Amino acid sequence: MADVSSSESLNQTQPLLEMVNVSKSFPGVRALANVNLELYAGEVLALLGENGAGKSTLIKILGGVHMPDSGDIKINGRGLPIDSPAASQRAGVGIIFQEFNLIPALTARENIFLGQEESPFSWIAKRQEDEQARVLFDRIGVQVDPNALCRNLTVAQQQVVEIAKALALNAQIVVMDEPSAALTPREVEGLYEIVDELRRQGIGIIYISHRLDEIERLADRIMVLRDGQYVGTRDADGVTRDEIIEMMVGRSLDNEFPEQTRPLGEIRLEVQGLSRGSVVKDVSFNVRAGEILGVAGLVGAGRTETVRLLFGADKPDGGSIMLDGKQLRIQSPRQAIAKGICLLTEDRKGQGLVLGQTVQENFGLPNMEEFANGGFVNKGQETLAFDRYIEQLQMKVTGGGQIAETLSGGNQQKVVLAKWLQRNAEVIIFDEPTRGIDVGAKYEIYLLMNQLAREGKAIIMISSELPEVLGMSDRILVMHEGRVAGCLENKDVTQEDLMKLATGTKAVTAF
Amino acid sequence: MMKNKYIRALLVDYGMVFVLIALCLLISLLTISDKHPEDASAARKLSASLLKEVGSDIRVLVVARKTEADEVFAQALKEGLESGGADVVGVELGDPSSLRKRLELLGQQDERVDFIATHDFSSKWRVLSQTSRSEMASLYPGLSSLKIAKPASYRWPTFLTINNLIGILNQNAPIAIMAIGMTLVIITAGIDLSVGSLMALAAVVTATTIRSYLGNESASAFDVALAFLVAMSVCALAGVLAGVIVTLFKVPPFVVTLGLMMVARGMSYILAGGADAVKIEADSIGALYSSSVFGIPSQIVLMIVLFVVAHIVMNHTAFGRYVYAVGGNETAARLSGVPVVGVLIAVYAICGLAAGLAGVLDVSHFGTGRPKAGEFYELQVIAAVVVGGTSLMGGEGKIFGTFIGALILGVIQNGLNMAGVDSYRQMVIYGALILVAVLIDQLKKKVVKPAAN
Repeated sequence: MADVSSSESLNQTQPLLEMVNVSKSFPGVRALANVNLELYAGEVLALLGENGAGKSTLIKILGGVHMPDSGDIKINGRGLPIDSPAASQRAGVGIIFQEFNLIPALTARENIFLGQEESPFSWIAKRQEDEQARVLFDRIGVQVDPNALCRNLTVAQQQVVEIAKALALNAQIVVMDEPSAALTPREVEGLYEIVDELRRQGIGIIYISHRLDEIERLADRIMVLRDGQYVGTRDADGVTRDEIIEMMVGRSLDNEFPEQTRPLGEIRLEVQGLSRGSVVKDVSFNVRAGEILGVAGLVGAGRTETVRLLFGADKPDGGSIMLDGKQLRIQSPRQAIAKGICLLTEDRKGQGLVLGQTVQENFGLPNMEEFANGGFVNKGQETLAFDRYIEQLQMKVTGGGQIAETLSGGNQQKVVLAKWLQRNAEVIIFDEPTRGIDVGAKYEIYLLMNQLAREGKAIIMISSELPEVLGMSDRILVMHEGRVAGCLENKDVTQEDLMKLATGTKAVTAF
Repeated sequence: MMKNKYIRALLVDYGMVFVLIALCLLISLLTISDKHPEDASAARKLSASLLKEVGSDIRVLVVARKTEADEVFAQALKEGLESGGADVVGVELGDPSSLRKRLELLGQQDERVDFIATHDFSSKWRVLSQTSRSEMASLYPGLSSLKIAKPASYRWPTFLTINNLIGILNQNAPIAIMAIGMTLVIITAGIDLSVGSLMALAAVVTATTIRSYLGNESASAFDVALAFLVAMSVCALAGVLAGVIVTLFKVPPFVVTLGLMMVARGMSYILAGGADAVKIEADSIGALYSSSVFGIPSQIVLMIVLFVVAHIVMNHTAFGRYVYAVGGNETAARLSGVPVVGVLIAVYAICGLAAGLAGVLDVSHFGTGRPKAGEFYELQVIAAVVVGGTSLMGGEGKIFGTFIGALILGVIQNGLNMAGVDSYRQMVIYGALILVAVLIDQLKKKVVKPAAN
């Protein structure tokens, strides 16, 4: 048992985990080059880096998913060969991946103890397991019903189950990969408390995140990777945001958000009384030419559901949509696209791209009427058009033939954007456009949004990151429980103002 | 590095071609045996070499069996010898006893015969054996120097003969044609279990249409073609129905087509009135199967044309793109404006249509509508697609791969037949080889594809 007292008595100078000169190459790519990592008991080490910097590879090596080409892994000073996920678990490493490894049809308890049975025929003492689960949840500081089916749990609760699963295996090292990405702001607070609690118990935590405010709140030390190279490790105290960003991107960004000055034009999109069941209730707003309308709200406030109605992905119960003064009938995404309304979905991998296909095929998909006039695809014309976007959007791809799955998040987003730009989209809806995208690429996406606005397009941007909403929007629509809680001109608006509207504590409509 | 990558890509894309080639080589090696040519060109070669070696001052009796092919052989031999100045005393087309009589007659007439020109088969008749010849030589002086001349034998694999290869293609054409439709369905991450039954339905519908509505024996070629169209339309409609249930009611394709499979099979038996076969009297029913283009049976030509068309559609048209996109990520495809429902219905309709065509070919082959046609074909068709490298998970697969897959299965079956393996053992080996083929494919992907980052 990794009980609390033994880890506290550990010599502070002895790292819990050491990864020394770890290198790993994949065919054609050097993913990691001589990377060093030290993790001490009872600390939170934030692992930072842009997408493709090698964070995932490093974590997968620690988890026994990949074998390093060279380098050593020492746990409590002892060199251990971690050649399989099982070996990693035995060594006391628990990894909570972004995509949970829970079985939806099993209960929380069953998931926690899955794989720990002594033999396939051993009797499962449910009551004993319930008790153990409760102890684990106590340690985490959050109680989840052990007998609830995982598919009925919230994302935050599922995360707790994942952590409990790791602790049940006596993990001394817990790795969390973007743990807050799918959580609501309130749930994120809960997550911070969990991390604090684990740290108090002497567990070493590697925390991967793109959100710098989170890092500031949690991290004891910050380690940065860039292009598979180890850049450095800093104590969290006394390092500034700009310094971290500079370490990550290798250059300094003057600002997180680009400056914007552009004239607003006529009203292009006018939405009146849009409704769907209990998720979207009587939503009205408009967007003008050259305007970026930010949409804020908690998860479940109906933001995504609203734009899905605009895009024809779902059918509204009522309401009207007008574009440039003309009433639109939208029954399907195909019709919405034909009218010039496009949606960059929140879930790029699940909904935005056909991952197994090439980027150019993805690009061509909504543009077949143009490239396949008469049924046959004119690949030359398609290549020509796509190559233009590679340059214009500065995509990092080997060419149109690269498989979409192998791109980083930012570049995937650019491919999705390219396919809509080719359609001459007039209304572009970005749903969480920078989620899971690294700092450098984020800035490029912001620049593109500004440029599109300058060209007179109407832009709607849903974001859960309040600084992003405040940094980018001309106006901000705040939603709460399916309704519009307020629509604010973005002047002297604070995060607190938005939070109050989003949480329903201030029922003011400020048109 | 670069070259290595190229070879890897080649292996991934065309690995199954190498498997096919290896199989063909193996079966060729196992089926090497003595070949005794019996055709006209062998006859011409024989006459030429005979004239060259012993000169034109010879009297020859040409001997062969009384078959059409042998007549051609004998005729060519006679012409070749006579044009070279040799004296052909006669042509004997018959059997050993007629040959004995002919020789005795020639002997009694005191005709001199120097050579008997024949092929390997007839040269082995006892009447031409050494002892029998010396007996005759002692009786008749004219036959005292009688020698046998036959075309040279050579060693060659039985497998690698034009007839056998065409036979393989011809036998497997219906399965390969259905595999085209199945490839489309499987690329959309679906499955169609109904193809074998739809094939039977098409056969029986053709037969009953001709019998009941088009006057049976008085049916013209046009009427037969009309019946074919009716049968194929019925199958395409069945496919549309399957597609509608799959898309609009969200029932898994496995279940929908399982149901359709039983319905179609049952309807075939009902239409056939419980008979094993519905006989068709129309003369032109066999025309489709027995006709040929440049000596190649027309159903092989049809199969190749369909594969080429399918390849072009899947690689160069918007529809092809849509099929891959729907299989790769249905949601992303829909949100990109792909008419997903239409694409899926079209794909099942095409699969049904292909099964209908296979049924039509079957009816043309046998001249009867057999409600038993295509039993378990759905499994062979799926096997061909999977062996051809199409993923059951959807989103990837190649028409060309399916062609190779169908050939691999056909070649295996042919090889087992030639090896004289009985049908029960054939089933075991056939199944095991499918597993091996798919395993190799999986291993190859694992080894060759770089690990995902």
